[in-house]
Amino acid sequence: MLEIDVSQPIYQQIVDGLIRLVVRGDLRHGDQIPSQRDMAEQLKVSPNTVQRAYRDLEAMGVVATARGQGTFAAAGPELVDELRRQMLDRALERFMQEMLGLGFSRSEVPGLVSTALARQAGVCGDGHDGAPRSTHGGGR
Amino acid sequence: MGALLSAKGLRKRYGNKWALDGLDLEVTGGRIMGLLGPNGSGKSTLLKIAAGLVQPSGGKVAVLGRAPGRDTKKRVAYLPEVDCLYREMTIRQTLTYLSTFYDDWDQTKARELLEFMELAPETRVASLSRGMRARLKLVLALARQASLVLLDEPLSGIDPRSRSRIVQAVVGRYRPEEGALIISTHEVIQAESAFDDVVFLDRGRVRLAGVAEDLRAQHGMSLEALFEEVYA
Repeated sequence: MLEIDVSQPIYQQIVDGLIRLVVRGDLRHGDQIPSQRDMAEQLKVSPNTVQRAYRDLEAMGVVATARGQGTFAAAGPELVDELRRQMLDRALERFMQEMLGLGFSRSEVPGLVSTALARQAGVCGDGHDGAPRSTHGGGR
Repeated sequence: MGALLSAKGLRKRYGNKWALDGLDLEVTGGRIMGLLGPNGSGKSTLLKIAAGLVQPSGGKVAVLGRAPGRDTKKRVAYLPEVDCLYREMTIRQTLTYLSTFYDDWDQTKARELLEFMELAPETRVASLSRGMRARLKLVLALARQASLVLLDEPLSGIDPRSRSRIVQAVVGRYRPEEGALIISTHEVIQAESAFDDVVFLDRGRVRLAGVAEDLRAQHGMSLEALFEEVYA
């Protein structure tokens, strides 16, 4: 369900991983999520780490625990939108840092992105847009 | 909860070699601790002292607030590194035999653990693989409701699947409110995600200690990588 990278704090990865599932729509309001014990076992992580992550997610309103029934995804549409925006901002921030680190300027980035997207879609700047045509079979 | 294990200037000599050489340590309840270090750094000696099996040569040690001995043994579960199972017994007989020694033996938990570990009760110990014997040893240590659980090298020299199952059994069944659990290992990568705290031992002393998540954040590396750096 989640992949853990042990060179980073684990608790944050559990929080981010579940938020990602919510943002993608893989976890919908009311869906059951693994109990803390099952999550600890699946990830081979200390139950204290899982508890800390679940407590934060509960405080954010992403999950809710019903006594005796388990833990459920609890984010409504507004919160999902807000979380999606936050994830987008963080992804863009990481990307921009990488681009600036490579020596590109902010103003160059939009053009570079358009070119790269066109190339990936197999359009190659031939004037067409819209439906991607696979010319190299490299795209997914 | 007070300290479940505390050591101050703890020393242990074997012949003319100091296995522990002024070790200071405090273990509180509700946490899983990784006791890390290369072979010969003092991990096993510390656990044996805490289990009440070995007398220290100097310094202070307290388990559950008192000197290790008959009283503390009742509340401390210890998984020894060496294999001390009776080869002629079946798994069921082994469990029955050991359960008579401990007031805190939990038969329901033992049965559930056997199943999780994929151990068939009627199998004879003699016919078990190394990995299966390691699984059985873990069942024996976790089947008790002990306040302090000491696992000495539970992962060494066994197949990856057994290692994985053992770590899963530990994190899935550990109850922070029941006490503390200490896992000694020199194979950090196998178990590091299970640790709340870690202590790196070096020649009988604490070289580095900290909260696992804090160390990952501070150093931007896994405990395995930090281990390599500490003992480089």
